[in-house]
Amino acid sequence: MDNIVFYISIAMLMVTLLAGLIRFIKGPSVVDRVVAFDSMTVTSLVMIGVIAFLSNRAIYLDVAVVYGFLSFLGVIIVAKYIQGGL
Amino acid sequence: MKETIEIIGQIFLLMGSFSLLTAAIGLLRMPDVYNRVQTGTKASTLGAIMSFIGLALMAFENWGEINWVGRFAVLVVFILLTNPVSSHVLMRAAYAMKIPLSKLTSVDKLREDINNKIVEEPKDE
Repeated sequence: MDNIVFYISIAMLMVTLLAGLIRFIKGPSVVDRVVAFDSMTVTSLVMIGVIAFLSNRAIYLDVAVVYGFLSFLGVIIVAKYIQGGL
Repeated sequence: MKETIEIIGQIFLLMGSFSLLTAAIGLLRMPDVYNRVQTGTKASTLGAIMSFIGLALMAFENWGEINWVGRFAVLVVFILLTNPVSSHVLMRAAYAMKIPLSKLTSVDKLREDINNKIVEEPKDE
């Protein structure tokens, strides 16, 4: 019963990643690409959480925290560079 | 009681995944950069928080260890702090690049405030 829920959730997350990838490839401006990257990162965080729950290892969540912090830093730096303040 | 908490966690996880899916569909279908930024960050924030709450409920129900809940709480607070900041900075950078608004846009409050000299225009230096 509970495996079905995880299968459906992971399928939704995979479709989300695919849509973000399409927007990342054909986005007309730089900001579109950065937003698609940010959305894909948040989706990956949720996916890391699901995988950590399924494989019963709490250490994967620390990886998720560090990954989210690096993504936030990357978005801020790219936006600052676009605006010309770097 | 235990099954009730687990079912609530599963419902939270499914609703969070569905919210992330709607965020991605909005990312594909919205007509403008600004609409894409808004839907891509707002809905994905809600989806991630709901998924983490559901996973934390299921983990606490299954193993009863507090370190899972603490780590999920750290993730939720982190996403709640950083995602609006990054969306705001990106939106301001897009406005400074003078990316044109969609033709369906009817209200531009930032342009009105710049014309009334309340705020300065974000500069592309």
